[in-house]
Amino acid sequence: MARFSAASPAGRVAADFAQSRLAVFGLALLAALLLAALFAPVLSPQNPYDLAQLDILDSRLPPGAHATDGKLTYWLGTDDQGRDMLSAILYGLRISLSVGVSATLCALALGLTLGLVAAFCGGWIESLIMRIADIQLSFPAILIALILLAVLGQGIEKIIIALVAVQWAYYARTVRSTALVERSKEYIEAATCLALPAARIVFRHLAPNCLPPLIVVATVQVAAAITLEATLSFLGLGLPITEPSLGLLISNGFTYLLSGKYWISFFPGVALLLMIVSINLVGDQLRDVLNPRLQR
Amino acid sequence: MTGAPAPPLIELREVSKRFVRRLDVAAKVAQALGAQAPAQAAQAVDGVSLAIAPGEVVGLVGESGCGKSTLGRLAAGLLAPDAGRRYWRGAAVDALASAEQRRVRLAIQMIFQDSYASLNPRLRVQDIVGEAPVVHGLIEPGGQRDYVARTLERVGLDPSLMRRFPHQFSGGQRARIGIARALAVRPEFLVCDEAVAALDVSIQAQVLNLFIRLRAELGLTYLFISHDLGVVQHLSDRVLIMYLGRIVEAAPTAALYASPNHPYTQGLLAEVPRLEIRRTHFAAIRGELPSPFAPPPGCHFHPRCPHAMPRCEIERPLLREIAPGRFSACHLNDPPPDATPAARPGAGLA
Amino acid sequence: MTQPTLKVEHLRTHFFARQGVVKAVDGVSFEVRSGQTLGIVGESGAGKSITGFSIMGLVDPPGRIIDGRILLHGRDLRTRSPAEWQAIRGNRIAMIFQDPMMTLNPVLRIDTQMIEAVRAHDRVSVRSARDRARAALARVGLPSPDERLRAYPHQFSGGMRQRVAIAIALLHQPDLIIADEPTTALDVTIQGQILAEMQQLCRESGTALIWITHDLAVIAGLANEVCVMYAGRIVERGTVDQVFDAPLHPYTRGLLDSVPSRNQRGAPLRQIPGMAPSIARLPVGCAFRERCARATETCFTEPPLYELEGRHVRCFHPIHAEDEAAAAT
Repeated sequence: MARFSAASPAGRVAADFAQSRLAVFGLALLAALLLAALFAPVLSPQNPYDLAQLDILDSRLPPGAHATDGKLTYWLGTDDQGRDMLSAILYGLRISLSVGVSATLCALALGLTLGLVAAFCGGWIESLIMRIADIQLSFPAILIALILLAVLGQGIEKIIIALVAVQWAYYARTVRSTALVERSKEYIEAATCLALPAARIVFRHLAPNCLPPLIVVATVQVAAAITLEATLSFLGLGLPITEPSLGLLISNGFTYLLSGKYWISFFPGVALLLMIVSINLVGDQLRDVLNPRLQR
Repeated sequence: MTGAPAPPLIELREVSKRFVRRLDVAAKVAQALGAQAPAQAAQAVDGVSLAIAPGEVVGLVGESGCGKSTLGRLAAGLLAPDAGRRYWRGAAVDALASAEQRRVRLAIQMIFQDSYASLNPRLRVQDIVGEAPVVHGLIEPGGQRDYVARTLERVGLDPSLMRRFPHQFSGGQRARIGIARALAVRPEFLVCDEAVAALDVSIQAQVLNLFIRLRAELGLTYLFISHDLGVVQHLSDRVLIMYLGRIVEAAPTAALYASPNHPYTQGLLAEVPRLEIRRTHFAAIRGELPSPFAPPPGCHFHPRCPHAMPRCEIERPLLREIAPGRFSACHLNDPPPDATPAARPGAGLA
Repeated sequence: MTQPTLKVEHLRTHFFARQGVVKAVDGVSFEVRSGQTLGIVGESGAGKSITGFSIMGLVDPPGRIIDGRILLHGRDLRTRSPAEWQAIRGNRIAMIFQDPMMTLNPVLRIDTQMIEAVRAHDRVSVRSARDRARAALARVGLPSPDERLRAYPHQFSGGMRQRVAIAIALLHQPDLIIADEPTTALDVTIQGQILAEMQQLCRESGTALIWITHDLAVIAGLANEVCVMYAGRIVERGTVDQVFDAPLHPYTRGLLDSVPSRNQRGAPLRQIPGMAPSIARLPVGCAFRERCARATETCFTEPPLYELEGRHVRCFHPIHAEDEAAAAT
């Protein structure tokens, strides 16, 4: 039956993805946020990390207010240190996204390797890796992250390490079960029949066919990583105060919520919300599109 | 199996293969505590010997659980036998140097049943067919395109389609791609594991004709595994019938179909629906196919055999030559203990 | 002449997909009488399964029956309400699928499922339903039915599962059974057993049977009449003897010729060139035109189904007996 004009697997995925308007909207929103984060230095009126630019007299101004020296308009208000919320949010998006994405990529790489090794080697190696993954997954993520950060200290690399440590197990488990299924398929047998070297079979034949479920897990896990990082920052264990991420901004404004100065928490919260929602919309549609049972 | 002047192309001597359903942790604990829960083992292939001469087409017929796919994979070298050895042109394969072993591996190729699962869905046809020849140095990387084009033409596919992905082809075309992939490494022996089972009748005819043509053009030897007696009859020089891991009958095709000896073969041939037989009263071999994990003792077929004797339950019948080139594993073929030579049982039941 | 159990007239089931309209079933007509077996043969994509689903009312969007009448004992099924359909499905018409797991729920025991099936249409006690289930299992030849009732589907082999599915189909003595390739995935010996049982059961109870398959030999042994389908249409219809011994349509002829048993051993099989067209993109005129050696200019118009030599064929150039004699193969 005639189906898609796009030939390659990627093309088919894209065509299927575009079926859902909600998902396309989510993708557009995500793209907008990504661009905003990327061009944060260009777009933001002020550099919120430069303490010299902050004016403490401008603190806690409502949205739309002007700076005391009249040069800036604080579109989203200022926080308790006189930082322009819009700039802080843009830079905060940048940090959240970069931390989330890099942590996810590292966790994916680690989980993919360990999962493939487990599936291919079997035996005690597989049991060892899987049991470690199971034990880790039985602890709450936040607990592991807190313990690691308490040991490692603060800083952006340490947060990424903590996030990777928390997340690799999801990928390893997914990859292992997919790899086990794929491994028994006849095209792997055919590759063995053709006397192709084992490394080639694993990386050129097995791994690419294990990717679809991984991509879905990764998309959702980016959101989870960002949320976890925001939580850690909210608790004060995340990034330093001079480079606030969205979580820290929310935390800073927490005490002012009930006294009418809602904007200090509200707008970073909305930004975080939009980012998570758009990632989840994209991830949901990807999951449906890449589901092998719905294909063919 | 006959005394041919040249050694057979491929030979399996007394090969066996067991599959063990391993106990999980809970069962192991139960067993340690004294519960009777032994690991289940299925003897997928039980002491089978076969030899195929160069240029021969041998058909292997049997139903699910008989072990024909396992035997095919043992012949192809995808599985290692638990007992017995494999010989290529008279030399034991496991005793060869690794470079030689690789050559033997390339000389034996397999065609799989499920044409969708047997092609990597993420590779283009050009890569599927052309990867192995480049990796093994049979062709230069630059010459891959031309080589793949020629191979695709040989199997009746349009070479301009080589940049496409497997899902863009029909079942019959995918079957041809699988054949092209095997041919690309210049094999001498092909194991076809139910290669046409999933195809429509008219496509099946096309692919079978392709096999016939390739045999003539390239001098290939085939082990053709199928459950379809009609297809096997058309293609094969010799036919082997398998039941629960053992070969129960082996004979040249015409002789087997004209006068089957073993009761299972007789039942199979009587069962097969034929176009000429109208509104027939289907009379079945009674009983279920036993599970390979719990085969009946003695002759595996005795619970379902209309001619079963007490001896069949105890003693396993050996595969013996009952006529030149014909082998059967049935106690009915033994001359009765008293001297009078009885007519060969089964002769009139074809 | 008594009314046929089922009469299908000009059935059209189309699928309205993104890429266009797919005419899966396009003007199919046939009838089945009580106690008789009708075979529907064709290759993949011919529309035979969709015909079966249409009769059962199991066609889901984007598919829809857009035309035709399905008369069960003279009453059109398409005009029935969903409540009436509930009462008919499983009761007066039953269906058996290629994969018995389409009938059986893997997480329920066999007795639970069968009792549920009985009580869906008959208000009887659980005990009496269980007795009926046991009797049905015994009737399809399953040994020790009490043990089988307490088991789960995964504990059965494929052949046994299919027998259970058949038993469920027979629970209410339906007037019509539609069997969609039920033995295709089964071994020859198990197929033989199931065919024997189906034959006997239909003879005993006078149930009409529609057997959908691509295996011509099974139809030869089982059916009284046969419809050959190609690209969503019936191209030939008649008794089994008529169609298999003297096929009129070139496709039927080509199909029969490509069976190995009708060819000389070892020689290349006679084959139909090319591939079946995708029903999403049918050629103009006769769907078989591009593969037919007898095609001419007239074949660019769609041929109608008409009566010839006591049966029906859809071809402008049917193979007559004289052609047979003239072209000595």
